[in-house]
Amino acid sequence: MPYGPHTTADRERMLGALGLTHIDQLFDDIPAALRASALDLPPPEPELELSARLRGLAARNRTDLVSFLGAGVYRHWSPPAVDQLLLRGEWYTAYTPYQPEVSQGTLQSIYEYQSLIGELVDLDVVSASHYDGAAATAEAALMACRATRRERVLVSRSVHPHYRATLRTYFEGRLTLEEIPLLENGDDAGTTDIGALETMLGDADHPVAGVVVANPDFLGLLEPMARIGELAHAAGALFVAVIEPVSLAVLTPPGAYGADIAAGEGQPLGIAPQYGGPYLGVLATTDALVRQIPGRLVGMTTDLDGQRAFVMTLRAREQDIRRDKAASNICTNQALLALAASIYLAAIGPHGLRDVAATGAARAAELEAGLAAIGVERLHRGAYLNEFAVRLPDARTVHRRLIERGFLAGLVLADAEPDDPALADALLLCTTELTSSGDIARFVAALDEVLTGRPSVGVETGAGDPAHPVGAAR
Amino acid sequence: MSVTGPRLQPTLFERSRPGRGGGKIPHPPKDALDRIPAGARRTTPPALPEMNEPDVVRHYVNLSQLNHAVDTGFYPLGSCTMKYNPKLNEWAARLPGFAELHPMAPDEVSQGSLQLLWELEAALAEISGMGAVTLQPAAGAQGELTGILMIRAYHRSRGDLDRDQVLVPDSSHGTNPATASMAGFRTITVPSAADGGVDIDAFTAALGPRTAAVMITNPSTLGLFEARVGELLEAVHAAGALAYMDGANLNAILGRFRPGQAGFDVMHFNVHKTFSTPHGGGGPGAGPVGVGETLLPFLPTPRVLRGDDGTFRLERPHERPTSIGRLRSFVGNTGVLVRAYAYIRAHGGTGLREVSEDAVLAANYLKSRLAGTYDLPYDRPCKHEFVASSAGLKSRTGVRTLDVAKRLIDFGFHPPTIYFPLIVDEGMLIEPTETESVETLDAFAAALIAIAAEAEQDPGLLTSAPHTAPVKRLDEATAARHPDLRWRPMAGAEMPCPD
Amino acid sequence: MSAPSDLRYTRDHEWVRVDGDTATVGITQYAADQLGDIVFVELPDAGRDLEEAKPFGVVESVKAVSDLFAPISGAVTAINDALGSQPELVNSDPFGAGWMLTMTVADPTQLDDLLDGTAYDDLVAAG
Repeated sequence: MPYGPHTTADRERMLGALGLTHIDQLFDDIPAALRASALDLPPPEPELELSARLRGLAARNRTDLVSFLGAGVYRHWSPPAVDQLLLRGEWYTAYTPYQPEVSQGTLQSIYEYQSLIGELVDLDVVSASHYDGAAATAEAALMACRATRRERVLVSRSVHPHYRATLRTYFEGRLTLEEIPLLENGDDAGTTDIGALETMLGDADHPVAGVVVANPDFLGLLEPMARIGELAHAAGALFVAVIEPVSLAVLTPPGAYGADIAAGEGQPLGIAPQYGGPYLGVLATTDALVRQIPGRLVGMTTDLDGQRAFVMTLRAREQDIRRDKAASNICTNQALLALAASIYLAAIGPHGLRDVAATGAARAAELEAGLAAIGVERLHRGAYLNEFAVRLPDARTVHRRLIERGFLAGLVLADAEPDDPALADALLLCTTELTSSGDIARFVAALDEVLTGRPSVGVETGAGDPAHPVGAAR
Repeated sequence: MSVTGPRLQPTLFERSRPGRGGGKIPHPPKDALDRIPAGARRTTPPALPEMNEPDVVRHYVNLSQLNHAVDTGFYPLGSCTMKYNPKLNEWAARLPGFAELHPMAPDEVSQGSLQLLWELEAALAEISGMGAVTLQPAAGAQGELTGILMIRAYHRSRGDLDRDQVLVPDSSHGTNPATASMAGFRTITVPSAADGGVDIDAFTAALGPRTAAVMITNPSTLGLFEARVGELLEAVHAAGALAYMDGANLNAILGRFRPGQAGFDVMHFNVHKTFSTPHGGGGPGAGPVGVGETLLPFLPTPRVLRGDDGTFRLERPHERPTSIGRLRSFVGNTGVLVRAYAYIRAHGGTGLREVSEDAVLAANYLKSRLAGTYDLPYDRPCKHEFVASSAGLKSRTGVRTLDVAKRLIDFGFHPPTIYFPLIVDEGMLIEPTETESVETLDAFAAALIAIAAEAEQDPGLLTSAPHTAPVKRLDEATAARHPDLRWRPMAGAEMPCPD
Repeated sequence: MSAPSDLRYTRDHEWVRVDGDTATVGITQYAADQLGDIVFVELPDAGRDLEEAKPFGVVESVKAVSDLFAPISGAVTAINDALGSQPELVNSDPFGAGWMLTMTVADPTQLDDLLDGTAYDDLVAAG
């Protein structure tokens, strides 16, 4: 066994102390009929060979493509300090801080996480933490039902399709979930249909517990959050805002437009895409709802000597004490990712975070202009930050041909939303501070070539060096 | 406290000085945000700390040193399996091919990760004796929810709509009843038998046409194998219910007992326990779920599929209408699963069996060392963990298990899990794992024995412990009565405007 | 310590003080001691009808939580607002300032089922 300490002599000594001669004697309590035979698995692999196998598998993933893919997961520059600090064994090999006297590092870091995210979302209480943006959104919706003692939640179709699917799973057979349609035409096409929302809220026989809307939404558009919040509150419902944390450096935070609960994906705060996780479910609320929020909370207190110290608190909401009456079954959470997000925010600072958000927005405008120049237009007219949809006939084929040219041309929207005819021929494209102007120019040229069948003039196509000088735009 | 020892730290916010930091991100054009409508823009910047990188590094390095961790010392936290976390696995998860892959990248560019996930599913199916495995659940508790929702879907698919109860033993993890409630079931708690095992007669009496599922942890939370599990499974199935196995204690039975083969219908794995992925101060984990044939149609979507040509792909939305749906976004905590895959490959079938052998041997050895000093309410061979009790010590000295636990900190050990399971008076659930040497086990036993002697001679030493930790015991009552859950930094408006 | 003799008690360790048509309800010193430092008390709104033996609220300590069961049926007339900011009153003065709510007495015969101080002391002594 690769990581075990025991020599043959050690094992004999321990068995001897127990008065036993063979290890099998310790498994005699398993009924003979239920005992397993040897596992049919490959033989043990020494680290040298295993490392080569892992390298080989990793190499089969194409991460060399110049990517314009966002759709809920965003690549950002994470200062190397973040991961190097995270790799300290004192962080990643500790467990839940049940013994506060020997866990002040984790406890203070969680308190700081709650404070940092509290600043970003402008709300009082942040729980640390949830599995991902989808699970946090589901917990937010369940929380709205508990707090209002109502059983009907409205979710905008502009919320990420995976989050809506997760909500359906959590609600199925127990609570009612209805989708608010999107406007199909006009300047606000692609955003939540406010008129439809008003009608749905007006059904007095089925009072609404919560209204769930994302900003920016799945299609990258900005939603009229303050107005939606007013409508929700007028109907006695809670307002759940699904947020993207980097955008909150520059966009109005949920606390400022009246959201009762903010939920979202914390991955953009310095966490690598990792093909799906582990990520960070952000969940925050107001003081008024502190006893309804699921997940761990750390509070500041003092020790017996009067020193400032930190401890897990309000634990009677949790499953290990309240069992079947707990606010949620969550136990293991995403503490290490909450730490990563905190270190990222500390390392990059408030001005750095604003620059990250604003640079992504600037690159997106550059991309929009470049695409317009080759006749590729946005699908919607509304304001966006750093992600938008474009109309493109036969989007799936174009997407595939661009992979051959070294580009990941965002998301084929029909793959994610197969039921929505309005999204049938469209790509969702995203830029961040990692997208260079050169990337954009080369991407636009490659797309032009794919669409027209002619080589693009004046621009070298194919994925280039991200440090390629700016100025190749047409 | 010594000058060189770990010291408490100011918060990030107290370290912040306006104007510090920067140099990470180029400044965008001044007009970058002009196209965003004014009403959608933030008017007051978030009051995040402003720090230079050296201060950030010192903050987090110094804070880390206030933690006990597996990498710093023995962590015998029962029911948590705090084994060594191999460094190779951290390296592997950070390979750019794994770390940088976007979860919505097309299947054709994700073949390496898809193959790894497919192979891991097959390995977990072999280990558990289950027919198929989903890797989607993000943690054990979410795995439980996945399993219970599949059970609900199964009964409904048969038109069996009256089953609204889930039976759990009183020794169960709190997540079991909490999960049942989340899925809309009523929890029926069944008392344990005197020997610590499941009370088969009580369970059989509680089973009926309203029972949807029985949730069992095996080995139990007392570290005991449920010897009559075969009878129990027969009774459950005879009642038309399904059997869920909480796999938290799988580390005891690798290669010795396969739940699917024995007749369990569904189980979850805690890869951060059994398969060495780090606990991270509370997470992340992953909670794969294995199912037998009955629940196969209901597995969450998307599954990882392998085509005849050997390529892999993810199931598309709506491809399998019987699925219970999604539990979360994307495919799962893949970064965690890479580590679990590496661990299973490093051990192979024989190595995994040795893991359980050594874990069980260590627990029994440690238990034997404590006999005569602490009460052992279930004194028969245990599996990977065991319960000791300070009830006798308390009646003689007034010292509680909490005090023993706090005193262990002064000896350099993390305390065991205390007061769990709830059915043991003054209980300590001790799990040494297979990666601790016999010298460590001896030193830990010696510390517990010395503490028991201290309790007889100088109980105040225990009730005021710990004495050497960075802080003394905490005022938890004030923390809960008047919660202070976030720092209120300087008002945002006083911050200089971003340039 | 013995339970005050002018109160009536439930087997769930609640006390009741009857004054004409009104009953005042709290938890006993024994219950408060068993729970430890009480940090939160969740009480129903005034006006809500309570049903004998059904849960009406929750009392939380640092590491435990317990349901509160209605000792008799009746409507809540007032709750002790002070417990919102000072839940510790339940520990320091359970039979006085730590009272939880007042309610109407819907069925006076239900009072006959409650224990007197001596019987309650015996219950506690029996563990």
